[in-house]
Amino acid sequence: MSEQFGIRSSDLTERFPERVIPDSRTGYSGFVVKPGNLIEIAQVLRDELGYDYLSSVTGVDYLPENKMEVVYHFYRTTGGGALVIKTQVDRENPLVPSLTPLFPGAEFQEREAWDLLGIRFENHPDLRRILTWEGFYGHPLRKDWKEPFFEEEAKPYKSRWPEGHVYRIEDKNPFHDNVQYPPGFDPEQWSPETDELLYAGLKRVDKSDDFLTEQVVVNLGPQHPSTHGVFRMVVVLDGETVVDLKPIMGYLHRNHEKIGERNTFLQNMPFTDRLDYVCSMSNNFGYALAVEKLMGIQPPERAEYIRVMMAELTRFLNHIFSIGFLLNDLGAFFTPMLYALEERELILDVFEAVSGSRMMCNYFRFGGVARDIPDEVMEKIRKLVLDRLPRKLDEMDYFITNNEIVRGRCEGVGVLTAERAIALSASGPVLRASGVPYDVRRADPYSIYDRFEFDIPVRYNGDIYDRYLLRLDEMRQSLRILQQVLKDIPEGPIMSGKPQYQVRVPAGESYGRVEGPKGELGFYVVSNGKPNPWRYHVRAPTFINLTSLAEMCRGQKIADVVTILGSIDIVLGEVDR
Amino acid sequence: MADDGLNTPGYEIPPEMQGQVAITTLDKIYNWSRKNSLWPMMFGLACCAIEMISTAASRFDFSRFGMEVMRPSPRQADLMIVSGTVTKKMIPQIVRLYNQMPEPRYVIAMGACASGGGPFKEGYTVVAGVDKFIPVDVYIPGCPPTPQALLHGFITLMKKIEKQSLRSVPWYQKTPSEPIPIPILGPDLMDPRKFDLIKQVTSQMAQKVDVTGEGESSHE
Repeated sequence: MSEQFGIRSSDLTERFPERVIPDSRTGYSGFVVKPGNLIEIAQVLRDELGYDYLSSVTGVDYLPENKMEVVYHFYRTTGGGALVIKTQVDRENPLVPSLTPLFPGAEFQEREAWDLLGIRFENHPDLRRILTWEGFYGHPLRKDWKEPFFEEEAKPYKSRWPEGHVYRIEDKNPFHDNVQYPPGFDPEQWSPETDELLYAGLKRVDKSDDFLTEQVVVNLGPQHPSTHGVFRMVVVLDGETVVDLKPIMGYLHRNHEKIGERNTFLQNMPFTDRLDYVCSMSNNFGYALAVEKLMGIQPPERAEYIRVMMAELTRFLNHIFSIGFLLNDLGAFFTPMLYALEERELILDVFEAVSGSRMMCNYFRFGGVARDIPDEVMEKIRKLVLDRLPRKLDEMDYFITNNEIVRGRCEGVGVLTAERAIALSASGPVLRASGVPYDVRRADPYSIYDRFEFDIPVRYNGDIYDRYLLRLDEMRQSLRILQQVLKDIPEGPIMSGKPQYQVRVPAGESYGRVEGPKGELGFYVVSNGKPNPWRYHVRAPTFINLTSLAEMCRGQKIADVVTILGSIDIVLGEVDR
Repeated sequence: MADDGLNTPGYEIPPEMQGQVAITTLDKIYNWSRKNSLWPMMFGLACCAIEMISTAASRFDFSRFGMEVMRPSPRQADLMIVSGTVTKKMIPQIVRLYNQMPEPRYVIAMGACASGGGPFKEGYTVVAGVDKFIPVDVYIPGCPPTPQALLHGFITLMKKIEKQSLRSVPWYQKTPSEPIPIPILGPDLMDPRKFDLIKQVTSQMAQKVDVTGEGESSHE
């Protein structure tokens, strides 16, 4: 247990005797600290032990023990495994010191834990609800909170299995709708929440010069053609210059985690498809890894190769799609997009052939993949990877990279420095374009990525143009991996053991992370030995990358905000979950 | 005119004029021109929006059916494609967008979520179908529907438009159509049309709590 952390566990326990206690529950790892010591220990981790990257912050509601636990996953940007720190508080009044002053990347994640679990974070700069709205009744991820269409604690519901009794859930709800209100609630007395709290938190500049202009607040979204979905930004403008910006999300909050905790383990697989709906295969990968880690099983060779192949095809697909969108945002409306979508369709054909669905593949299983790849499809992939995709990539490069408008609008705009990118827990292309060569495939290898030869592309300016170039580089590296996969892929089984619809998962926790196309995608799963996960949390890369949006936009022009957002490459299904 | 279906026989056209003159009803020519130039609103909610983009793009290309002009403004659009999961936080905006669309206006519920909640129906912030608030003309099943299914939905809508008559369409009636009341976000989503029901049920709940909970719930 000690070696994989990079520091010996005794280091930390010796240094803080009685304040850092190894987590002794079976199946758990990491250390438990008291909330009062958290800041001090986090400071030492960051400044002395090199754990400068706070990847994930989440809460778990341990209802039977009457405890609320906050789980932190720290990493070193030089590579290596996680250092997991936990702190436990009372369920009735959960109060934990906020790590946002030390790790600004925790800001949104702590807000999410407050919103969904009701854990208060002391000294948090802006502790408001993030996925639901101000005034929402209760904290939905608490285990004793029931949704309006509540039927049973866990699936499969008795009404559906083994015998099905069909009825409409609306008929069981007193309001005949998916709503519930506190007893005695009078809708006419309700004063709707305005966004005052939000507007009050916006920074404004003090203007002392005699050229006094009014600073206006502009709302972009949630219905706006360039916000990539239902995303809203509140921008304070001084003329055309952005003074401050706050992202507002939750317009697509579909309760992944609550539904996921009612589902059985395998039932969650199709739901992961709908997280980042552009690259469903990568989401499958992360979740499969997390649960396999708990179960202690390993997929067979061929399945590993197929997984890597699908993940890299997905990366190519996502990057070409996001470049098309970036050009859309720059004003080259839809023509570059058409080029990008042409290639995307060809890759989707492959996905449809292997999984049966174009977008929502639901292809991975615990211990393998669902179906084998037929020879004809293999031939198709070979043609794509060896001939068409490299050619089209060069074509895209030729058309766009040296385009004067693209360079003029992208170079030097939306800069994020390496230090800030790490502090803000940015990941994926956003982090690597800022000069940090951190890629989970290399830093903490999973699956069979340690067998392939590929480079981790890095760019150093941290602007929109570098993020664009980095995506091009990554697509080239993906093709390089794919070529090796196609050469080496063995014959053999694609599942270890028999396919099961109900898997046995031993009690414990695990954090599976993959380098998704958009960044580090992590799944934190806690099992208590039952058929359903006790806690199912998704560390969504674009949700956390959005923490750095305000920083990139301040001082830029309003027209560039749209492009900066495009360069982060968000997908709302994942941001809001 | 190229479209033979437009030309209703029954009126004798002299043979020398048959190439230049067509006789039809006002309904038919009106619907024919409307159905072939639908302007969808550029409005995406979730996963289905990606398939909608694919439908607009090179392989499927819905401009073949005269709907390439996607308008980001509801004022210039006459077709709203609700493409994805409708959440409680988003439904006030969707209703507002619908109210802002001028007549004639149509709504397509694309995919399982927009039609009835889909896989996320049990979720606490999901509206189980956009038709709880705005009238829907065509439902398209699928999660997400393939571009072919979306195109089929469009063609179904065109057939529906063909059957409308100037005499009965809502936008030529004497009284203008009422805007749909915009839902309010309270402790949960509140539909202004259901305030009475909410009040009735919650007061019953309060009485029940008072009886069983021995004054524990002395909330004002």
